[in-house]
Amino acid sequence: MIVAEGRQPSYLEDAGGKTGLMAWLGTTDHKRIGLMYLYAMVAFFFVGVGIGLVMRLVQLTTFQKLISAQTYNALFTVHGVIMIFLFVIPGLPAVFGNFFLPILVGAKDVFFPRLNLASWYFFMAGAILAVLSLFTGGGAPDTGWSFYAPFSIKTGTNVTLAVFAAFVLGFSSMLTGINFITTIHRMRAPGMTWFRMPLFCWAAYATSWIQILATPIVAITLVLVMLERLVGIGIFDPAKGGDPVLYQHLFWIYSHPAVYIMILPAMGAISEILPTYAKRPIFGYKAIAFSSLSIAGVGSLVWAHHMFTSGMSEFANMIFSLLTMLVAIPSAIKVFNWVSTLYKGSIDVQPALVYALTFIFLFCIGGLTGVMNGALAIDVHIHDTYFIVGHFHYVMFGGTGFAFFAALLHWFPKMFGRMYSRKAVYAAWGPLFVGFNMLYFSMLVLGMMGMPRRYYLHLPQYHFGHQVATVGSWLLALGLLMFFGALLWAIFKGEKAEDNPWGGVTLEWQVPSPPPLENFEEIPTIEHGPYHFPQGGKA
Amino acid sequence: MEWMKQASTSAAKSDAVFFYVFGLSVVFLIFITALMIWFVVRYNKTRHPQAEQIEGHTGLEILWTVVPLVLFMTIFYYGWTNFDYMRQAPRDSMQVLVTARQWSWTFKYPNGKQSDKLFAPLNKPMKLEVRSADVVHGFAVAAFRLKIDAVPSRGNTTWFQATQPGIYDIQCTVICGVKHSEMLSHVVVVPEEEFKAWYFGDERAPEPGKNLKTAAQAGHASVPGYSRLQDKGCLACHSTDGRPMVGPTFKGLFGKEEVVLVAGAPRTVTVDEAYLRDAILRPREAIVQGYPPAMPPVPMAPAELAEVVDYLKTLK
Repeated sequence: MIVAEGRQPSYLEDAGGKTGLMAWLGTTDHKRIGLMYLYAMVAFFFVGVGIGLVMRLVQLTTFQKLISAQTYNALFTVHGVIMIFLFVIPGLPAVFGNFFLPILVGAKDVFFPRLNLASWYFFMAGAILAVLSLFTGGGAPDTGWSFYAPFSIKTGTNVTLAVFAAFVLGFSSMLTGINFITTIHRMRAPGMTWFRMPLFCWAAYATSWIQILATPIVAITLVLVMLERLVGIGIFDPAKGGDPVLYQHLFWIYSHPAVYIMILPAMGAISEILPTYAKRPIFGYKAIAFSSLSIAGVGSLVWAHHMFTSGMSEFANMIFSLLTMLVAIPSAIKVFNWVSTLYKGSIDVQPALVYALTFIFLFCIGGLTGVMNGALAIDVHIHDTYFIVGHFHYVMFGGTGFAFFAALLHWFPKMFGRMYSRKAVYAAWGPLFVGFNMLYFSMLVLGMMGMPRRYYLHLPQYHFGHQVATVGSWLLALGLLMFFGALLWAIFKGEKAEDNPWGGVTLEWQVPSPPPLENFEEIPTIEHGPYHFPQGGKA
Repeated sequence: MEWMKQASTSAAKSDAVFFYVFGLSVVFLIFITALMIWFVVRYNKTRHPQAEQIEGHTGLEILWTVVPLVLFMTIFYYGWTNFDYMRQAPRDSMQVLVTARQWSWTFKYPNGKQSDKLFAPLNKPMKLEVRSADVVHGFAVAAFRLKIDAVPSRGNTTWFQATQPGIYDIQCTVICGVKHSEMLSHVVVVPEEEFKAWYFGDERAPEPGKNLKTAAQAGHASVPGYSRLQDKGCLACHSTDGRPMVGPTFKGLFGKEEVVLVAGAPRTVTVDEAYLRDAILRPREAIVQGYPPAMPPVPMAPAELAEVVDYLKTLK
């Protein structure tokens, strides 16, 4: 390992006196916990990718001999559960929030380090239960990740265990939220006022509030589903006087804000990356900070736009469409401010910037297709079609996924003390970008044609679109392998990274790469805003 | 464009809003992308070594809050008013009860007639009350831009007025179990006289729309094998979508095991290329059990045969 003369040992060498496996499994160091999340999540991500590839092959029709309809229904359910609950919801907060939030506010660790480790164990326990649900009981759940009642109550598959897994994962999410909020309130370095906090912290702060406030609702809903299945309490089952639409409300009261849990930290990471490579302060700091809070606020009031065809009252449809339009505004504000941050900068084009700008492009498509979903007259046509699948992947994969990649490229040298090959990650960008758009833009078109989601067989008029999408999925998978292959290689064989390879000015770039166990030798005193470039890009 | 075919009055209402939002989206996306690329080139560190330390601009913040707000409100309003049209059935609509169950649709008309396809008169409003006998289903007709969930214990209503005769796909849009993707039916739109002849006729009244094609069949018209089957008249007795007609369906035929009667004795064969050639050229030699020996020999050139066999292989 790399130890410079006269420096404290890095967190990778200094486990605070613990040795062997316990140095990882028993650690309370936020950086090590962040890495443990990273490894677990990337592993789950690739399982999800593999399932996605199999689903695309089924839509080429030749694989229908190998995969039955029941298996296919299980595949899209498991793909959704893994990608949502094990990758994008923990997403950037679990990895980069854990690793960088304390450093960015100038703290030695999060406020509750042991609770932080407990969150990781809740996450792993939930993940193991989710995997177990595939192979035990009546087999993998076949309801889609939204578990709509009464089908989720009647199906013989292992919904109870899968739902319990999501319940356990919810604790991980809530506890992390509590930890981050407390850390931000109590542990900012001297002089770091709220408006001197880096924007990633604002995004994590807004996200944490949603995690604390919305997750209990889905937890209770999932308990109700379990009770319905086990003892038949009859709250969602119409045969016993229950209401299936009530389930949809309760599910989306959490699961819509959950998509902001997924995207807000990604937006925060982009707000860190752009000023660093433009060598100037972010444009409209307060506008971006407050737009995060307003997304969290208004985003909690739009859930029923998932239910425009459920038979809600026309008045409810109207109100939820109106609120949905309002939540698009803070996202638009962010995009305008990000682009303006490039204006009159001194732009150093590096891989993280390229991936961040790709994020903006793909997120714009995701956001604009979202506005189409929010408009009532359009939604009736595209609801529950491939359009939704395409839109969701543009936001969650093109958005959160590409922001995750950009954040990884940005912070990788700091986390591992090694540098990856820039050529390799630029090369990966090509198949990622082309494959992504072939795959998901085809889905948007298929949805406009009326192709319903979660279909094992499709009508012949949709076949061409499916073929293009499947070829796209191969390119996308190739890009992912190249990208993560390059990073994996760099972890072991990469050149030693400088402490501040990108010329960043936020606190993580003022400490060694990788940082020592307690981050700072001496807690810094903050005298100005987070993106203060006294040299303006001049070396 | 075939795939944006508007076959009801609602379709134009939905598409109008879509094209409005689509137009705005394209302009916005091109503007943002071009600006990003231009800034990255123009303010690259080689051209612009000293970054200006700009913190923001209140006027711009207000501008790009208010302009999107106004545009989003127009989108909301346009979407809502057109949606209102799509949901409010005219008073003179004929009301049909749609019942969804795992995994089929039934349609019950005011006079008690029932069908498993929805027959509808051209240019007349039809109101649907959509119910479910088991789990949540979704009743969707893409060509009409129509969709409403079938929720057990609820009766949801919607309506349409078809503007073009034809056969349109009904697909289930809410995951409802193993045969979700096979929970299909059709809306058959015919001139009012043809509809009335069936509606007021007795049990022997012919089903309307016999000579119309589904989108799947129309889409296949460009496939050589399919048009060959049409030319030779095969499709009068064989379907390509799984429906049994006078003869067995072509769907899923290739590779399937069939019991055939050779000179009256049953024998199991696997449908392969050789079998298909024999069955087309000398159909009387082996009759599929359960079907009448009605098919005449169909002379085909080897190239034509190859086209047809290739096409049949694709009908999984």
